[in-house]
Amino acid sequence: MPPKIFDEMYEDADSVRSHYRSFATWLSEQSPETIARKRAESDLIFRRVGITFAVYGSDAGTERLIPFDIIPRIIPAAEWAQLEAGLEQRVKALNMFIHDIYHAQNIVKAGVIPAEQIFKNAQYRPEMQGISVVSDIYAHIAGIDIVRAGEGEFYVLEDNLRVPSGVSYMLENRKMMMRLFPELFSRNKIAPVEHYPDMLLDNLRSVAPLGISDPTVVVMTPGMYNSAYFEHAFLAQQMGVELVEGKDLFVDDNAVYMRTTRGPKRVDVIYRRIDDDFLDPLAFRSDSTLGVPGLLSVYREGRVTLANAIGTGVADDKSIYPFVPDMVRFYLSEEPILNNVPTWQCRKKEDLEYTLAHLPELVVKEVHGAGGYGMLVGPASTREEIESFRRRLLARPDGYIAQPTLALSACPTYVESGIAPRHIDLRPFVLSGKTISMVRGGLTRVALKEGSLVVNSSQGGGTKDTWVLEK
Amino acid sequence: MLSRTADHLFWMARYIERAENTARMLDVNVQTALLPRSAHTAEQGWRAVLGISELLQEFDDKYGLLTTKDVLDFMVRDPENPSSIASCLTQARENARAVRGTLTTEIWETHNATWLSMQEHLKSGMLEQNPSQFFDWVKHRSHLSRGVTLGTMLKDEAFHFVRLGTFLERADNTARILDVKFHGTAKNPHADPHVEEEEQFDFYYWAAILRSVSGFEIYRKVYRDVITPKRVAELLMLRADMPRSLLACLEEVVSTLCAVQNDVSGDTERYAGKLHAELKFNSIDEILADGLHDYLTQFLERIYELGNCISRDFLVPLAA
Repeated sequence: MPPKIFDEMYEDADSVRSHYRSFATWLSEQSPETIARKRAESDLIFRRVGITFAVYGSDAGTERLIPFDIIPRIIPAAEWAQLEAGLEQRVKALNMFIHDIYHAQNIVKAGVIPAEQIFKNAQYRPEMQGISVVSDIYAHIAGIDIVRAGEGEFYVLEDNLRVPSGVSYMLENRKMMMRLFPELFSRNKIAPVEHYPDMLLDNLRSVAPLGISDPTVVVMTPGMYNSAYFEHAFLAQQMGVELVEGKDLFVDDNAVYMRTTRGPKRVDVIYRRIDDDFLDPLAFRSDSTLGVPGLLSVYREGRVTLANAIGTGVADDKSIYPFVPDMVRFYLSEEPILNNVPTWQCRKKEDLEYTLAHLPELVVKEVHGAGGYGMLVGPASTREEIESFRRRLLARPDGYIAQPTLALSACPTYVESGIAPRHIDLRPFVLSGKTISMVRGGLTRVALKEGSLVVNSSQGGGTKDTWVLEK
Repeated sequence: MLSRTADHLFWMARYIERAENTARMLDVNVQTALLPRSAHTAEQGWRAVLGISELLQEFDDKYGLLTTKDVLDFMVRDPENPSSIASCLTQARENARAVRGTLTTEIWETHNATWLSMQEHLKSGMLEQNPSQFFDWVKHRSHLSRGVTLGTMLKDEAFHFVRLGTFLERADNTARILDVKFHGTAKNPHADPHVEEEEQFDFYYWAAILRSVSGFEIYRKVYRDVITPKRVAELLMLRADMPRSLLACLEEVVSTLCAVQNDVSGDTERYAGKLHAELKFNSIDEILADGLHDYLTQFLERIYELGNCISRDFLVPLAA
């Protein structure tokens, strides 16, 4: 018998959890026609504004809408307070970890993390060894994926410390809800999220190179064919800064400049939404046409800030993930507030044996994978799929980790047959600069297929507005 | 603003203007082709259009024999011809798409809708059944995009670069429309047996030119007299109040350059100013004395050079 799934809204069949009560009452007052009309309206608005994303690996017509569900995911104030404390602690430890491994490497010397886990990791950037960054902050913007399982306890599923995306959907979803159902916002005390772009700009300015009093910040995009281009343009516009591509920037006399109609203008902080590999063709992939030749050398001199820093991938890799609770203990001498999902590291003989023996129950992920591609969800797979995955796993065991299939919490969601529970996760965005800050909220993703645990938009997931209630 | 952003705006405007003027030029020839002329003269007309667009070689390589249908196909719908109307409208839309954040919603939606309905029109057979109707549609979309720019856009740097693109392209295109007549004709006109026939149709030809630049009624109003090539040339080159004339275009270019000037743009301003002053203080008799075709050829070279100067000073240089 499958485990009982934690429902965000209902305690049991006929009892609504207290923080959902006001919403449930409102919902029962709405006619099906009103709801249908509002849902159609939201679709239309998202399409007209062009809030779309591109799907890789499929043919023409690859611009798609991310389905938006009008039933919000609600988090009570006390639960959020706990989450926020946990997120702050975790991101703080992660930044200290990255600083440590690019400097003294105390955590390796202390034997907490095996050296080969770091130095053989493709995400480790030797170019960063010994380089100082402003305030010792590397992951200025972190998107931490959190799920709820079992009796309702939270787990961190993944730390995203490179170029986490999705924050524009958090903001657009809130805008949409306020537009469709303004009365809900007067009935409930919902923490605002609209000031995120201002917080982001403040945060980016706070990490400008030393001695720059009025820094010029830009957002750097790979270009309009990137799947997240909408978000890049959106954030630049909301912050009132330029959206640049690599070809708009050049390096001269140990500084980065952008080409403007009034001549070159010095750039101090680059919020880059482009991977390390493509940043500088002189230092990384020489075939990159997206980057800026010479950028790395200016960066190493501390004359421009990159957010996030180069080399953060070494800390959000799935092979490093099992060590994050140890990092919290090692650097902060605190017990971790947020749980990790128990993880078997297939590089270890005994873990591999366990994984192979329990494939139908486990979720197996590529260590370097992202976006829900290249993973096995045991319980949802056919025997053939499991066997073919077994061969891939055996061929390269150190490329994989395994985790128990969590019974992710579910939230009522509009589907074709009406309202039904669907699995959800949560991605809050944590900003680190002179201080750590975050808006109370995040992006809630929902797996629209019945029983599916994969919430990624590239795999047919949708999104919901996320309400953190005020006390 | 970013040079790349200005570059996209400049080219967005140039491409839509070019689509409009190509439509105008093709329309003249479709109209004059209705006149009772020999096949040879009609073919000469199409050759001149291709020649003035610097596409004669490409066309010959692709088609060999010249037919009206092939010329229209090549100049309107051929995606491999970068100057075809379809290519221009697509380029205008792609440039707009790249700087959506800088444009008003209405401007973006205008370019996007033009591009979408263009595909419909090309499929529906409108071009084959009634080319003039299609060319009118192109002109209207260009009018609309200019109007929506004027009507919704903040008059900031972005606006200036859109206008710069429009008027530089229009100066180039008006000069080409005027020069079609002289293009590709034999060095010694009297050796060509068809010249006499041509001359009979001069009136119709110049009237069609006037109509193509929306200048027929204007001509009547300004000159109140019969149509002569000399006056047509004067109207389209030297009249500051004629919105498609070379002088009017250069006036816009000069004042816009002044509005966006930067540390390195002094030479470019001087270059444009000189060209403007020559048009302003020249008389049509002087120009005709030196030869209209030579004058226009030189003018086109200078407009091309001015475009390069603007790219170098403000935008993304072509070579970079």
